[in-house]
Order: sequence, then structure tokens, then C-alpha cells
Amino acid sequence: MTQVKQISGRGIPLTGDDIDTDRIIPARFLRCVTFDGLGDHAFEDDRHQRKGDHPFDQEVYHGASLLVVNANFGCGSSREHAPQAINRWGIQALVGESFAEIFFGNCVAMGVPCVTADSEDVKSLQRAIANNPQLTLTLDLGTLQIQGSDGLTLSVSMPEGARQSFMEGLWDSCGQLVTQIDAVRDRASQLPYLSWA
Amino acid sequence: MSKGTLFDKVWQTHRVGALPSGQTQLFIGLHLIHEVTSPQAFAMLRERGLTVPFPERTLATVDHIVPTENQARPFSDVLAEEMIQALEDNCKQYGIPFNNVGSGRQGIVHVIAPEQGLTQPGMTIACGDSHTSTHGAFGAIAFGIGTSQVRDVLASQTLAMNKLKVRRIEVNGQLRPGVYAKDVILHIIRKLGVKGGVGYAYEYAGTTFEQMTMEERMTVCNMSIEGGARCGYINPDQTTYDYIQGREFAPKGEQWEQAVTWWNNIRSDADAEYDDVVVFQAEDIPPTITWGITPGQGIGVDEAIPTPESLPQSDRAIAEEAYQYMQLSPGKPIQGTKVDVCFIGSCTNGRLSDLREAAKFAQGRKVANGIKAFVVPGSEEVKRQAEAEGLDKVFTEAGFEWRNAGCSMCLAMNPDKLQGDQISASSSNRNFKGRQGSSSGRTLLMSPAMVVAAAIHGTVADVRNWID
Repeated sequence: MTQVKQISGRGIPLTGDDIDTDRIIPARFLRCVTFDGLGDHAFEDDRHQRKGDHPFDQEVYHGASLLVVNANFGCGSSREHAPQAINRWGIQALVGESFAEIFFGNCVAMGVPCVTADSEDVKSLQRAIANNPQLTLTLDLGTLQIQGSDGLTLSVSMPEGARQSFMEGLWDSCGQLVTQIDAVRDRASQLPYLSWA
Repeated sequence: MSKGTLFDKVWQTHRVGALPSGQTQLFIGLHLIHEVTSPQAFAMLRERGLTVPFPERTLATVDHIVPTENQARPFSDVLAEEMIQALEDNCKQYGIPFNNVGSGRQGIVHVIAPEQGLTQPGMTIACGDSHTSTHGAFGAIAFGIGTSQVRDVLASQTLAMNKLKVRRIEVNGQLRPGVYAKDVILHIIRKLGVKGGVGYAYEYAGTTFEQMTMEERMTVCNMSIEGGARCGYINPDQTTYDYIQGREFAPKGEQWEQAVTWWNNIRSDADAEYDDVVVFQAEDIPPTITWGITPGQGIGVDEAIPTPESLPQSDRAIAEEAYQYMQLSPGKPIQGTKVDVCFIGSCTNGRLSDLREAAKFAQGRKVANGIKAFVVPGSEEVKRQAEAEGLDKVFTEAGFEWRNAGCSMCLAMNPDKLQGDQISASSSNRNFKGRQGSSSGRTLLMSPAMVVAAAIHGTVADVRNWID
């Protein structure tokens, strides 16, 4: 499986706390049996309301790969359609003050790292990108640092288990889970409720 | 780290082993699936040539996309028809039990599993829906997952998980008349914040929860995710056992006795250690209503919409966004705010006791002119029972529409939607921007009794005025 150690590219700032998954991908776009095409609809209603002023609509940010957000990003619905939409728009990693847990877990399962940094650091990173959208950033999961082409350096955090999963290419847990099927059956045999009713 | 809590015990009991990532491989006792978050998971299974080793531990139903008016097949909405067909085909191929529309057993996934006795104490439960936390009312550890994880559970009956911390949220005392379980959880989220629970399981404890019925406990646990907690639970007790006993999938005979013994053992120990403890008094909780765009932006029905100055600096930006979106003025009382649509239903408040309580207030009254008010039972079973009690007539005579079971306008994936910037009084769980089907639609969350009060007055009103 693919190791994810370093992600380089331009950044895109998206400010605001508590941006929920209904805003990332409104429910009407969940009416589908594949994730294809979701990228076109990322933040659709927010973009419509901001009439071209939303970062996802600004040409300078097209082709960006690192999304920089604030606190509690991805709260609300468990829909994996939300990170899928962001990823299919082109984002390969997220930097934020904090992430809602299901959203974070969905990103790990997709191979998209989410790292956190102090509130002030995130805000200054957002300002730095806004001032220079051409700035190239490199997120290094080995050193847990973000380096900017202008000399900017920022420390970030990630739970160690998730970090190791990316570094070693073990982020897609499905393969490991299915190989343990004997241990799973053994555990199941010890659960009293599996034999009731 | 916590020690001796129900969460710790259930975690340990279901732990298959450690994964190379350091995460725990956790056995999932009950997997619930529905039409929206499963089709891609089945596609991934096929791509990898994987099978489903425990199909009998999964239950499927349709809830999000089903129309609540005309349910004749094929659905007039071709996308809805395509999604339900995909689920039918997937369940058939992998041998998964399916409660389809018209089976008498269909409904919102978090309503049907408890009512059939599938949800039991001490279980781990997962579903591709964040409100899976509902099942914690029974002393289960139940959480929402994404589609790749739905694939993982289908393929292995396990998940890769990190252990959570446990916060005990104690509420003691007697709720005042007109104050409901919904108000309790809205109050908790208001006080602890929408991200206060990140990294935690919430254990709800204290005499207030002990006095609650199972349906009330489900309302509380349902909205744990709105407070940022992945799951919430209440230790099982006699109320839990009385609810489960006799239901279709409940243990019977000798097994019932074994079950109760096991369930009693799984409860948090008296000397359990918690990562955090917070305490509230039931008497301090008013009928609570949201005014903003997150479930944490709640106030008592008697209060005014907070002014920016009254809020901590960190809450002001989202409050500014809320004033603008909601078109509500800071400092103005929430009572008297005109509403357009009133919705009773959802996995938070679409159970029989919710409809009974709402019907008490609708009885003999009339919905105000120009208000669209409708009731959507949480399941076919709830609908059948409500009709047997005549609740449907109470509602329709008062001017409410009476519908078929589904998620409906909680997230509006079916034809039930707000139009333009309509404002709704809603018994559901989320007031996010655009949540109820219109990108500018507005939602005020409240208890079903308060939704009835809003429907009758045409404005936000205090249901306590009808209580002697």
C-alpha cells in the first residue's frame, strides 16, 4: 500500500470554526451510489452564497493541495462524501486547529492526513497563504513540520497511531482487519449475546 | 485514563487485538446499514473480492431517502429508486437481512433496532450515520462511521479504533414541567460546546437520567455527537431490562437470566475512574431552543438572543455568521419569532412517546394559518401504534399532516424540504446551514411539545403556558 510521508503543493485557506459536513457537501448530493463527481459540489451552497468569493472559487487557489481550516472542522454527519468531495476537488492533506473525529477517521481511511497546529499558527498560515497564494508548502509527517518556500516553518501534531499508518502505508486498515478473521471468530465465540435469541 | 467504566469493560470485551498502527481491532456486535452510506462500501468489497463473514450481525433498512407521502414503487424520484434498488441487490447478494418499505419493520435505523430488541446493553454497535450514538441509551457503545469503515465492518465485523476518554455528565433532580429530554441535551451542549466532547465518550449519570424512560434516554444519547462526543451511554438498569424484555430479538427463558446477570456486570463500577466529571441540576434546565447555526447556540425559551458582547471572544465569529444567516437580531427575545414550517419526527424525536406528548398539546387546538406542520413517525411500527391510539386523528384534526416513516426533513434527502429562507420549528438534531433542504433555510431546534406550541401560535412560544 502507498506510504504517505510528504505532501507538497500550494495551500488554500478556509476560515471559520465548526464547518460541518452538511456545508462541505449538502445532503442533496448524497443521492448517488458512487463518490464520482462529488468534487464539483464541494461547499456548493457556501460558494453560491459568497458569489465567487469562496476560496474554492478563487482562481489563485485552483490546483491547491493543502487545505488550512480552523476549529472543529468536519463536525456533524458521518458522511464520507464530505472528505471524498474535498479530496476529489484536489486536496491531499488538511491542516487545522481541530477536526471532528468521524471526519478525521474518514480521512485516514482514504489516505488523506489531517494535522493540527496551535490556533495562532493556523491563523498565521492562513494569512501567509492569502498574502502569497503561490507559496509552496511541504507537510512532512516524519518531522511533523510544514515548510514554506519562503522559509516559513511550523510544527504540527497528529496522533502517533495515525501518523505511523501513513508513514508505513498501513492507513487502509481493511486488509489487516480481514487477515485476523480467526481471532475475530474467537472473540465472537466469547461474546454471550451472539448466542442469544 | 478511565477505569472500571462501562466503556472500559465493553471495550475490553470486544477487543480482538492490537493493529500495527497501535489502534485496537474492535469486534462490532451489531452493524446497521442504510441506503445512503453503504452503496460505495459494497462496491469496495466487490473491487477487492471480499465476502461478508457475519451477515446475520448486520441489519439493513431504508430511511434517509424514502418519500413519506407516496411510497408506491418504483419511487417517482429515480435517484431514490436507484439507491433503494442498490441496497436490495446488495443485501440479497450478501445474505443481509433487510427491513424494506412495507415490511412493517422499516423505519429510521436508530428507531427500529431498539424497538425490535436488537439493541442490547454491553454491545458494540456501528452504523454509517453519526446518530448511532442513540443506542448508547441501552448501555451499548455505539458510534457513527464513514463508508470505508462500513466496508471494514462488512468485510471483517471489526473496526480499527482508538480508545476514547470517558466524561461522566451527571444531572440530578427533577425536571420542571414542560422540560424534556431534548431540553436536557440541548442544555448540556450549550454549556459544554459543540466541540467539548471531542475525544470523549459521554456517560450520562445521575437521578435525572435514572428517572427517564428508554425513549427519553435515546433522545439524550442521540445528540451526543452534536456535542462532539463520538458516543454517549447510560448504564443499563431495570428500566432498560423492562423495555427489552419480550421484544423479538430479546433473549428468552434461561438466556434472559444470563443476560441480566451479564448486563449488571457491565455497568460502571461504583468506584470507576473518569477522565472528567461535570454536574448539572435538573431544576436549572429551561425549555431550550437554538437560535443559531450550531446545536450549541441554544437559549432558554424565556431568554433573548445573545448579544456579541455577552459571548466569549471565541464564540463571536460564529455568532456573527449566525445572526446574518438566521436573520435574527441579537438582544431580541426568541419568543414571538415567526415560523413557517413545523416538523415532528427524526431519530431524535420520532418515537411513540414523542408523538404521544406532542398530541397532548395538539388535542383540540388548531395549527395557525399559513403554517405547514407535519408529523413523520420514526418507523412503520411507531406509525401503526400511534394510529391504534388515535394520535393520527388528533394531529390531522389540529391541521398537521400525517406521514409515513423516514428521516424526512431532518436532512431533507426526500421531497420534504424548506423553501427559500423559510424558518422551521424542528424536533430534529441539527440546525446547520442548509440542513433542511434549502441552502438558505433556517432551523430552530426544540422539543416536540415546543414544536406543537410553535405550530399553534405560528411563532416560537413557551409550552409551559399550557401546563397548569
